[in-house]
Amino acid sequence: MSVLIQANNLHRYYGETLAVDNVSIELHQGEILALLGPNGAGKSTCLQMLCGVLAPSEGEIIINGVDLLDNPDIAKKNIGYLPDKPPLYPELTVTEYLTYAAKLRRVNTSQIKDLLKQAIQQCGLEGYNHRLIANLSKGYQQRVGIAQAIIHQPEVIILDEPTVGLDPIQMLEIRKLILQLGEQHGIILSTHILPEVQAVCNRVQMIHHGKSVINKKLSELKQSNQVTLRLQNAANIEQLKSLPGVTSVSEVSANQYILSGNKLDSSLADISKHCVESNWGLLEISPVENTLEQVFLNLTSGDNTTAAQSRLDAA
Amino acid sequence: MILHIALRELRSLFLSPLAWIILGVIQGIMAWKFLGFIDYFFTLQPELIKIKNAPGVTDLVIAPLFDFSKILLLILCPLITMRLLSEEKQNGSLKLLLSSPVSMTEIILGKYLGALAFFIIVILMIGLMPLSLFSSTDLDMGKIAAGMLGQFLTIAAFISLGLYMSSLSNQPVNAAAGTFGLLILFFIINIAGNATTQGENFFNYLSITHHSIQMLRGIVNTADIAYFVLFSLGFILLSIRQLDSQRLQS
Repeated sequence: MSVLIQANNLHRYYGETLAVDNVSIELHQGEILALLGPNGAGKSTCLQMLCGVLAPSEGEIIINGVDLLDNPDIAKKNIGYLPDKPPLYPELTVTEYLTYAAKLRRVNTSQIKDLLKQAIQQCGLEGYNHRLIANLSKGYQQRVGIAQAIIHQPEVIILDEPTVGLDPIQMLEIRKLILQLGEQHGIILSTHILPEVQAVCNRVQMIHHGKSVINKKLSELKQSNQVTLRLQNAANIEQLKSLPGVTSVSEVSANQYILSGNKLDSSLADISKHCVESNWGLLEISPVENTLEQVFLNLTSGDNTTAAQSRLDAA
Repeated sequence: MILHIALRELRSLFLSPLAWIILGVIQGIMAWKFLGFIDYFFTLQPELIKIKNAPGVTDLVIAPLFDFSKILLLILCPLITMRLLSEEKQNGSLKLLLSSPVSMTEIILGKYLGALAFFIIVILMIGLMPLSLFSSTDLDMGKIAAGMLGQFLTIAAFISLGLYMSSLSNQPVNAAAGTFGLLILFFIINIAGNATTQGENFFNYLSITHHSIQMLRGIVNTADIAYFVLFSLGFILLSIRQLDSQRLQS
């Protein structure tokens, strides 16, 4: 898998305020990365730096092997960007606008027609070719925004909240489109909609107060390193603690315990065996799965990021 | 690439009613003024016959007409240039340009040429009016050509200033107000030159009026051309720098 984006130690100041503090972002081909974080966390600033709209105060960005700051004209050809507000010219028709967008990306004139047809078909804009953008509904304007980001078939597609303002059916269609695009391109998207992340993304990077606090695969994020244990009889807590991999045990209610530790998944068999041998009457043993909501709330409810970070590490 | 941006700009202008309204307003007012000047020429004609080497139609009708059109252009130019960058900043479409493989210079030059193309149409339309006299009298084509060159250089300077003001502001109205104020300042700054003898040369040199009036008399001076070229180039460079600095630090 080739590395499409390699952004190291990005910093961005707005006057005195440090909006992005030492964030590094990496994107591989065939990967869909979700940039999560509460409002004002610095997600949009990060995305704008990745596509050259804003220059980072510090740090380097390499797009598909080309330095964005040294050779912007070459590097930007590989980027398709949809800002939080689609960058449309309402007085143009859909075809005129997309043709202009393709020309700006220096697409060969001979290819424009085919690419235009493809983008219109992918974004479900058939039949709207000659409508004025001003007369389209918000959802369709959003689709035109996505179409301009993919018309030149860039290696990297950067989408800032792509499903905002869409109805549930359109949302599903756009997610399907993102999944389909993600097979061949690399996609970074920022969003607040957590189910959307679960549906389409394979890696999650969370940003809080301008710092990157989590960067994990979705599957790793779900692992909580906790196991729920429900028994018929009371168990000996000291014995439970001595089991392999278990570091702490808490009793949630009568005969119900939560075991925490490292790599508990692999010691589930040992734990259940011990429970049966000790005649505690094993009723249930199951690993706890973290939901994204939990992770997100853990992260954002903390007053400072280090507290959130340590909690997450402990979890 | 500059051409694509300029054509889009011109196209969008003509898709909005503003361009048509401006063309209509200018033609209407100029036609009225044109008739006025011709009328004035007829009343003067008996006197002129008595004078040797008397000024002709070109001096008494066309030159004042071109001179007057500058005031109209001064009023209408900010209305076109105000939207060039501030509107794109306001509705977010500037991000499309900034994330595309296009340099700041290309963006600014594209915008500049788009607006310039529109105003070339405007001054050509104004120029057509006096040319209609061609069938009935002798015109001094050299003077008319010099006058047209003056019109072109003046509007090129106006647009560069307007573009710069537009790059400074996120609100088109602010850009228009700023352009308007500065243009008038450059128009009347030679008043100070006339009042004091010491600053005369300096303030006259800064003034747009001082440099454009010569061309209406048929005198094409390299110094005047240099003034307009430097004026336009200066504000174009400032606009490029402004756009770039907004990317770096906002």
